[in-house]
Amino acid sequence: MLDVRDLRKSFDGFQALSGVSFTVPRGSISAIIGPNGAGKTTLFNLITGHLRPDAGSVSFKGREITGIAPHDLCRLGMGRSFQRTNIFPRLSVFQNIQAAFLCHRGRGWNLLASVDRLYRDETEALLVSVGLLDKAGEVAGFLSHGNQKQLELGITLALEPEILLLDEPTAGMSAQETRESIRLIERIARERGLTLLFTEHDMEVVFAIAHHITVLHQGEVIADGAPEEVRRHPEVRRVYLGERQ
Amino acid sequence: MIQRVPWALLVFVAAFFVPAASLRYYTFLANDVVIWALFATSLNLLVGYTGLVSFGHAAYFGIGAYTTGILMKKLGVSFLLAFPAAGVSGALFALVFGFFCVRLTRIYFAMLTLAFAQIVWAICFKWNEVTGGEQGMPEIPYPDFGWLERVAAWLPFVGGYRTSDYFYFLTLVLVAACLWLLRRVVGSPFGRMLTTIRENPERAEFIGVNVRRYELAAFVVAGAFAGLAGGLFGIFNRGVFPDFAYWTKSSEVLIMTLLGGMGTFIGPALGALVLIWLNQQIVSYTQYWPLVLGTILIVLLFVFPGGIAGAMESAARRLRRGRQVA
Amino acid sequence: MPDLSFVFAQALSGLTAAMFLFLIASGLSLIFGVLRVLNFAHGSFYMLGAYGAYQFVHWLGTGPGRFWWAVLLSALCVAVLGGLVERFLFQRLYGKEELYQLLFTYALVLILSDAAKILWGTQQKSVSRPPGLTGALSLFGATIPYYNLFIILLGPAIALGFWFALQRTRAGRFIRAAALDRETLGALGVNVNALYTGVFVLASFLGGLGGALITPMRSVVPGMDTEVIVEAFVVVVIGGLGSFWGTFLGALIYGQVLSFGILFFPRFSIFSMFALMAAVLIIRPWGLLGKPLK
Repeated sequence: MLDVRDLRKSFDGFQALSGVSFTVPRGSISAIIGPNGAGKTTLFNLITGHLRPDAGSVSFKGREITGIAPHDLCRLGMGRSFQRTNIFPRLSVFQNIQAAFLCHRGRGWNLLASVDRLYRDETEALLVSVGLLDKAGEVAGFLSHGNQKQLELGITLALEPEILLLDEPTAGMSAQETRESIRLIERIARERGLTLLFTEHDMEVVFAIAHHITVLHQGEVIADGAPEEVRRHPEVRRVYLGERQ
Repeated sequence: MIQRVPWALLVFVAAFFVPAASLRYYTFLANDVVIWALFATSLNLLVGYTGLVSFGHAAYFGIGAYTTGILMKKLGVSFLLAFPAAGVSGALFALVFGFFCVRLTRIYFAMLTLAFAQIVWAICFKWNEVTGGEQGMPEIPYPDFGWLERVAAWLPFVGGYRTSDYFYFLTLVLVAACLWLLRRVVGSPFGRMLTTIRENPERAEFIGVNVRRYELAAFVVAGAFAGLAGGLFGIFNRGVFPDFAYWTKSSEVLIMTLLGGMGTFIGPALGALVLIWLNQQIVSYTQYWPLVLGTILIVLLFVFPGGIAGAMESAARRLRRGRQVA
Repeated sequence: MPDLSFVFAQALSGLTAAMFLFLIASGLSLIFGVLRVLNFAHGSFYMLGAYGAYQFVHWLGTGPGRFWWAVLLSALCVAVLGGLVERFLFQRLYGKEELYQLLFTYALVLILSDAAKILWGTQQKSVSRPPGLTGALSLFGATIPYYNLFIILLGPAIALGFWFALQRTRAGRFIRAAALDRETLGALGVNVNALYTGVFVLASFLGGLGGALITPMRSVVPGMDTEVIVEAFVVVVIGGLGSFWGTFLGALIYGQVLSFGILFFPRFSIFSMFALMAAVLIIRPWGLLGKPLK
């Protein structure tokens, strides 16, 4: 479904990514792992159009999407969450999600209708599905970190994506929160038949749910395959565990 | 309970009684307030709702004023055409200037808006043939109120008003209509998209908002209404002058918006009322109005960043909470 | 074809104007580079420097070197004022929205401009040229006042001195570091707040110095604050916000364009300055020598 070919990107002489390629099959749960600075967020930014690659291409559902602007990309079925929680802080939880519906369903350029009742049902349904209905009226910026992440997930889901790109979805969470969060994400992916691609630090999470793992180190792919393969891969062990060859 | 009262309607109707109930000077002040309320509210669409700080909004105010002025005084065009023309020219210039401005962020955006406003000012200042140059264009004619006077002859209450009073009524109606429109825009899906841009442009991009295009649209709408305000002001002021577009005018309206409260729709209008009234009061005692204004501004920035409306809102919230506990 | 002496005189006049603008704009650029704020009140410091010079000249009566003492004292007073304003008022606004900081500097403009009117009235004031620099030189057929020459030489001297200080001294290194990454600098234990105050003091000194030095050439009037701040903006934009040599270059360009512009296209000179500013912002927002803001 998502095809990344030979992506390269450098910043001011620093080579962040040097020729990264991998494929994400439809319906799968794939993870990208790698130590800090390996280029995971840069990779995401390249896929989602926040950055332009120096070389290489990305295709989605068979269609070339390299360098397409983010606002066009999310119409094609790609949803993304960000590493630092990215919500609309002074809007209410309800309004956060409603905004996503408004834009996605093409009402964004309506200058005269009243926004209050639009997509009320859809928004509430989504709030139920991410477990935030009771907080619908609260100001998003005052929510707990975990709730904000749930909200962010909700916003992304309102765009009716076919693939979800989650950048470190459990960053900053306690063990308990992490487990709940992952359960929620997995359930939603299953219910809606979504393809999932996420980056993570937490190895437990990755090995628990991923069907497919790509390991990034210093801007290059050093391993790519099923969890068992990756776990036994000598290069990966060296990078993560410091084991000698 | 307090929400159900149609305040806006009450204020609107009450405003009509100002000329009958008071001195000519108060009508003059009220007219001033009403026009600046529109100007400030148009700016707030950019600053308060979209998060774009423009230091050159007076450009469109000036353009609107000159458009109406030139059309009515030099070309004898009727107000019916000259007034909308002010809005159209404001929108057009906002489209051109805004196209370049929205490609920049924050301080650069502010500086470019300032530069464009100064360009407009410089042209108005020097283009003697068209704009009257430094002297401006005095004696813009009032719209023709003959029809109103004929109607007034029939109705018992409506009569005996001066031309400036008729113009005041006209301003009231037009500004009310504009504010109503702006209120619709702000409460529309488009308006909500603007607030998402203000809150988090990156996130907005990723719910499908073409940030640049929306910002340009907001710029154009704001410019259009600022132009309309300018068109009215040129006539009200009995003359159009280059300083309408000078950057200090832009800061005046910005201060008004801050004073009233950028976070609400009615804030800027409130700010216009308070600032103009305060100016009128202070100026009768001392010539050092800028000193007073500067001090007020500092107090605002440090103590009441939400402006008057913001302070009122938080007071109301505290009152409600107090009542619930008791 | 205008004759050479005339062109020469115009060019020198442009240079003189440029040096004054450099003094003022360098302070503006410094504040922007480190504090990331556009200080509208910088023009007010310039104005206060001018009024201060007038006042000190008045108080010092007659005496050797009274002009120079007056200039120095005035610039120092302005610097102290700048420091106090920053330390006790401006620092409270750090971390708040940029709009608030901008409007604060504008509030200062309002207050200081009226303060000047209260203290010195609205009549023009003037200061005579210091003895020793009266008179003029004849060069290539043009008459150049010695004072102008002095300014033309002083500008680069100060520029070099500053550049040297920024590059070589410890404080200078801190300033440059703060411009790049203040958070890390703070984490390294540097008292960033004190640094900011210092930068503001320095910038105010430069602005006040510019104002003080211009008094023999231009009369001191209310309104000189708003007039100069817009010119300083243009200079800083052309050269690059935050870039030291950019400001110098921008000032040179502005000075010449203004000087010759008034000559050949008198009606367009003001317009052309702002058009230039807009053009730079459109094509290359970080100016000739600046770096893109991240």
